Amino acid sequence: MASVEPKADLAATPEIALTGEGAGEMALGPRGKRFETLHFALHNTKLVIGASVVLAFLVLAIVGPWLTDATPFEFGYPLGEPPSREYWLGTTSPGQDVFAQFVYGLRSSFIVGALAAVIASVIGMAIGFLGGYRGGVIDDVLSMLTNIVLVIPTLAVLIIVSAYLSIGSLRAEAILIGLTSWPWAARAIRAQTFSLASREFVSLARLSGQGTTKVILKEIAPNMSSYLFLTFILLFGGAVLTAATLDFLGLGPSQVMSLGLMMNTAVSNAALQLGMWWWFIPPGVGITAIVGGLYVMNVGLDEVFNPRLRRT
Amino acid sequence: MLEGSLMLSLQNVSKVFKTGTFGGAAVTAVSDVSFDIRPGEIVSLIGESGSGKTTVGRMILRLTTATGGSITFGGQDVATLGRRELHGYYGRVQGVFQDPFSSYNPVFKVDRIFEMVRNAYLPGLTRAEWSMRRQRALEDVGLEPADVLGKFPHQLSGGQLQRLLISRALIIDIEILVADEIISMLDASTRIDVLNILGDLKERGLGVLFVTHDLALGNYLSDRVVILQRGRVVEMGPTPKVFSNPVHPYTRMLLACVPQLTSKWEETPRAFDEAAAPVTLQLVDDDHYVER
Amino acid sequence: MSLAVDNLRVYYRTLKGDVQALDGVTFTVADGEIMGLAGESGCGKTTLGKSLIRLDGRMQHIEGTVSLDGEELPIGDDRAMNAFRFRKVSIVPQYAMSALNPIRKVGRMISELLDARDVSYDQTRPELSRRLALVGLDDGVLERYPIELSGGQKQRVVMVLSTLLNPSLLIADELTSALDVSTQKAVAEMLVEFRDRAFVKSTIVITHDLSILYQIADTILVMYAGKLVEKGPAADLTTDPRHPYTKLLIGSLPEVGVRMSEKRLEGISGRPPSLLNPPSGCRFRDRCPLAFEKCVEEPPFVEIAPGRFAACWKAA
Repeated sequence: MASVEPKADLAATPEIALTGEGAGEMALGPRGKRFETLHFALHNTKLVIGASVVLAFLVLAIVGPWLTDATPFEFGYPLGEPPSREYWLGTTSPGQDVFAQFVYGLRSSFIVGALAAVIASVIGMAIGFLGGYRGGVIDDVLSMLTNIVLVIPTLAVLIIVSAYLSIGSLRAEAILIGLTSWPWAARAIRAQTFSLASREFVSLARLSGQGTTKVILKEIAPNMSSYLFLTFILLFGGAVLTAATLDFLGLGPSQVMSLGLMMNTAVSNAALQLGMWWWFIPPGVGITAIVGGLYVMNVGLDEVFNPRLRRT
Repeated sequence: MLEGSLMLSLQNVSKVFKTGTFGGAAVTAVSDVSFDIRPGEIVSLIGESGSGKTTVGRMILRLTTATGGSITFGGQDVATLGRRELHGYYGRVQGVFQDPFSSYNPVFKVDRIFEMVRNAYLPGLTRAEWSMRRQRALEDVGLEPADVLGKFPHQLSGGQLQRLLISRALIIDIEILVADEIISMLDASTRIDVLNILGDLKERGLGVLFVTHDLALGNYLSDRVVILQRGRVVEMGPTPKVFSNPVHPYTRMLLACVPQLTSKWEETPRAFDEAAAPVTLQLVDDDHYVER
Repeated sequence: MSLAVDNLRVYYRTLKGDVQALDGVTFTVADGEIMGLAGESGCGKTTLGKSLIRLDGRMQHIEGTVSLDGEELPIGDDRAMNAFRFRKVSIVPQYAMSALNPIRKVGRMISELLDARDVSYDQTRPELSRRLALVGLDDGVLERYPIELSGGQKQRVVMVLSTLLNPSLLIADELTSALDVSTQKAVAEMLVEFRDRAFVKSTIVITHDLSILYQIADTILVMYAGKLVEKGPAADLTTDPRHPYTKLLIGSLPEVGVRMSEKRLEGISGRPPSLLNPPSGCRFRDRCPLAFEKCVEEPPFVEIAPGRFAACWKAA
């Protein structure tokens, strides 16, 4: 599971105050900061490369299915043919179009990744914000809950659950992954919330009569937006990987094509031994590239958001 | 409300923080502190780091709860206030903190601090009435609305930001203001102006708790002074009395160490022996208490 | 002359342009002199202090020279300055207390630092112990982690470390700002002691607190908006300031014994000019009660009396 956490405390990122008391033009406010962030974003190699890779596959996932008449489960194509002009990625042993499988599989990966990331983010934020801001008993209870779910071997649980419940749809798979991958997000968000909650504008909000929900939504979350974005990206990558693992083990939805399922079928049809590289390499490359690209993006984004990590 | 009962009173207030996993260890930040703040009076709470002075301020503002003793305002115990009553309390007691740039949510314009209190305390006012009130509050702190409204915090100076925070408190017509090291992060040339505002407001009946480590400031501004050391009150009384005749060794050490522009440091008095620390406050002179 | 700075100009590169943080300063510091560098935030004093030892990535050396003991310092060249840092020029930075690596025992950190400077830890050890004892610390400190030491103790360790190789110039940047008054006094007096024992030759004490400078400095140099405005012996400058800014600044500082009801002090209205595009002429004229027509022309920083310098047309 994803374990690359953004490094420094974003809440304490210093401004460059270059004239008296932060007076005036030099210290950058929200708008100026966005401009500066964009500038650094476009110049950060890791971010640009990572994002390009992910974007390329995303485009392929969206557009791909329109480029082919074949559907992933459709039989009737030549058996086990290597890539050619007609069949761009060749065909499988039982006679399916690999390219069709690939692009539909990419779609599945992105859908499951996004949905699971949303679910995990929402749960992680709710628990992280609440525990981090309120502290005390509430935090103790929520932390305990987080730690328990964190410690449970997720994959083992997913395997067992999916063996019993048999995941039939992408949505079910996403829900399952989302429900088990939120703990580290909750912990990370809790830590940042702690730090922000000690800022004086939070005290002032309390003195102005704002309740917990309002403080979290209006004072704390907006000041953590970059961090939340990073968290989402990592959850996305982690979800894609987990889904691929489940699919590869044959525990994912069997009626929906996915990259993991492709690899599963390839292996059970001895594609490796038969040298049918066009069948098992593309899905492997796809997963690696997407997940790897997301992680590299994340490191780049971390540098962009936190000036102290930049090597100008 | 009776006149005399507008007093903020601390009686034997203590605060113990639990640290360590599951609250194993304990740190006593404040111990057995008692003093009063009356409207129209400025009380300086003077102490160095670790004295607990900020904790006292936060307890008065109920941003943290006292673990011992009681804090009463107008006879009502602050710790037992329910949600609604707390809301009313904040309509009469407010705070301004040390770091002007940390006191504003950077994603919003500064006007928001006024909007927040308007929604909470003055919802019934018409636009015109609200504008007038805000204008007056800004003038009271020496700010021109056109200079500060509509701006983001980073566009204003620390001095302006602190003044805005004071005017925010004034707009809801409070009775007691807790000012925690409000000028320590400002430049020397603006400090005194912000301090003068507090002095002028006192004339209008505002009671102020001025928390600071700087004796010169405490001396300049306050009517009464409370000296804290490691969470305990070691000396307190009217400012002129305490400063001209400091009795407690700690107070004398503080006064001897303050760098002045008019005289050089003398020999520091013998280091204050913690182990021999006394535990009760005794009256040494009219209203002048010392721990002995 | 120990330190001679001539027309030093250091700007900050930013996306919006160059911030002219230090705009042509010239002064000297003699051997054995403790010079206080005073001013409010943004005046350029920290930039000046930093530029004498290390320009960070955003700072740019535009022009001017710095020479120490007759030798010119290559301040524009980070690599070349390496040979001078710690040996000839040393700095005790702001927040020195957090400069100690929390996961290293103090002694280990010191030995690593000395190794990096090609100095033998074993050979310096006896002197190190001597100096630690001088500031009231025993050898046991070397075996402890920073978290086990108090703020004052850490400050003293850092001071001893910074001066271990007897630098010609010591820069103390806001040494006393975060400290309690008693520690402040001890640290300030330590600076004087180090000078008296010749551990350092010249010292520049950077601070916004004029009263500390009155206590320990020989001379005070006041800066405003990147320029020098006044210089003189500490006692003279504080009792008889010549530049309007210095006068107003001193007039805004409360002393113990002055109460508002007796004497109301006033600050200086307005704000320092933006250094992105500073105004021509005297940079203080917008806030100066004595400003007149000639102030649109920048007043030079000249000697108006023996040992007294000021940059003001009305100061003579």
